[in-house]
Amino acid sequence: MLRLILKKLGLLIPTFIGVTLTSFFFIRLLPGDPILLLAGERGVSPERYQELMVQFGYNEPIWQQYFTYLGNLVQGDLGVSIVTKQPVLQEFMTLFPATVELGLCAILFAIVVGLPAGIIAAVKRGKALDHTVMTTALAGYSMPIFWWGLLLIIFFSGILGWTPVSGRISLLYWIEPVTGFMLIDTLLSDEPGAFTSAVSHLILPTIVLGTIPLAVIARQTRSAMLEVLDEDYVRTARAKGLSNFRVVGIHALRNALIPVITIIGLQIGVLFGGAILTESIFSWPGIGKWMVDSIFRRDYPVVQGGLLMIAAIVMIVNLIVDLMYGLVNPKIRHTE
Amino acid sequence: MADVTQNSGPDTRFELIVNFWRHFRTNKGAVAGLIFFLTLVVIALGASVFAPHSPIEQYRDALLLPPAWQEGGSWSYVLGTDAVGRDLLSRLIYGSQFSLFIGVVVVSVALVVGVCLGLVAGTFGGWVDTIIMRIMDIILAFPSLLLALVLVAILGPSLLNAMIAIAIVQQPYYVRLTRASVMSEMSREYVMAARVSGVGTLRLMFVTVLPNCMAPLIVQAALSFSTAILDAAALGFLGMGAQPPQPEWGTMLAESREFILRAPWVVTFPGIAILTTVLAINLIGDGLRDALDPKLKRS
Repeated sequence: MLRLILKKLGLLIPTFIGVTLTSFFFIRLLPGDPILLLAGERGVSPERYQELMVQFGYNEPIWQQYFTYLGNLVQGDLGVSIVTKQPVLQEFMTLFPATVELGLCAILFAIVVGLPAGIIAAVKRGKALDHTVMTTALAGYSMPIFWWGLLLIIFFSGILGWTPVSGRISLLYWIEPVTGFMLIDTLLSDEPGAFTSAVSHLILPTIVLGTIPLAVIARQTRSAMLEVLDEDYVRTARAKGLSNFRVVGIHALRNALIPVITIIGLQIGVLFGGAILTESIFSWPGIGKWMVDSIFRRDYPVVQGGLLMIAAIVMIVNLIVDLMYGLVNPKIRHTE
Repeated sequence: MADVTQNSGPDTRFELIVNFWRHFRTNKGAVAGLIFFLTLVVIALGASVFAPHSPIEQYRDALLLPPAWQEGGSWSYVLGTDAVGRDLLSRLIYGSQFSLFIGVVVVSVALVVGVCLGLVAGTFGGWVDTIIMRIMDIILAFPSLLLALVLVAILGPSLLNAMIAIAIVQQPYYVRLTRASVMSEMSREYVMAARVSGVGTLRLMFVTVLPNCMAPLIVQAALSFSTAILDAAALGFLGMGAQPPQPEWGTMLAESREFILRAPWVVTFPGIAILTTVLAINLIGDGLRDALDPKLKRS
């Protein structure tokens, strides 16, 4: 197992260096002079320009700039936002819990609905229920989620007036950020009704962000179940007279879950992409909205730092998923 | 005998297509998707004939008119009008041109570049392979929509740049698929035979090996056609794709956002257009996969 971990880490290092190169060159590939970009529309005087060149190290050779950049990264220095003048890493850390909270709720929603849907479709293979579930799943997979979010707002917020339109919590409450997770923080505070408010703000974004993972999980579960249900050991279990529930729920499911777990883990990249859209629609103060806003405000140090952090997180989660896969599937562990 | 083997080439190809169609036809969803898609192609090609109005003409006396069947609607604007009085139906019809164009361009670029890189990586192996695949890993390390957004930020927001960005984000999948099938084909006897008979490397790559790697690539092309339309619409929605007044469906959604509670139809119809188009293409993709790739066949 240790060999496997080291091998995977070894593969990850060149990719990570590539990611740092990408984010390093991002700011330098932008059309126009980096200093003038940083200065914004006000412009700078020639003396100040020279000062800034030296301050940001743009007068040094490019490879030296890259190593300075790497050195700063190692110390946790991702640069400073042009707009807020806050360190990028600090901003990231403040907003990250909001995205994690939304992402976890979305994936939980996707699993809780998608897994049973896939199992039912597989058990009722070829029947009307199977077709219904699979058609719905394909529609979910094809869903433009930005439009889906707007539709849900029209229906649940506009027509029914059940849920709020945007934000994480009603403006009536001020919640001290302890963990950064609104659901936990509201429970910790003694504000009556704050938790309910947080939940009601979370429902629509969760559904929107969870839709595509839900469809993927349902489709994957169904095909994995179908494969397993054909196996001899399942027939044996049936022949022994075990109940259908036991055969499907315990014998078959356990093996069918292996590929499904991988698929769930791989949804992290999809979730980040979806978070960009979901957070923009619901004004959710997380990483996705932060990135989009920064692109529009031309706050390029933020875009650069955010890009790197997100890629790093996706890579680490994918690595963990890979290793977990090795853990649950002995075939992989032994051949590698 | 020699004549027979020579003639069997086109024959088997024809048989392959017939055989493929026989499989594809049994999948009702895929056939429905195909019919929808072909209809859309006809609509897009004949947009100027089918559209009752110009897509950018603003009828100032008909702002935010509801669809014809609702109270206050008018049959001259069947699906209603948007906030500046443009006919929604005409905009949707012209919008189909954008979506199909985006799909065709993105898939062609990603496919051609991806297949070439994959062929090179799979055929030559060694450090060439390592470099190409590591670069693909780097592209795949970023969430695709985020990377596309950042690329558009570098290139400047426009439809063309959005298409370039999406093509760049998608081609690693083609590279990986091509490389994997090339590597498995390379050890086959027919490749060995071709090599022994002195076939050049380029001919070996493109003429001998590539045709036998097509099945997964065709399926991937269908899937990435729909992803391209979705991503382009998402970029348009975020203001980073096609720019107003172009009637691209995602851009139309972005323009209509502030009216969602007052005029739900300006939001509803472009979304339905995106959803049904993407769904139809995904249905075709599923059908292609079942018909072309017996290994992946869902039972």
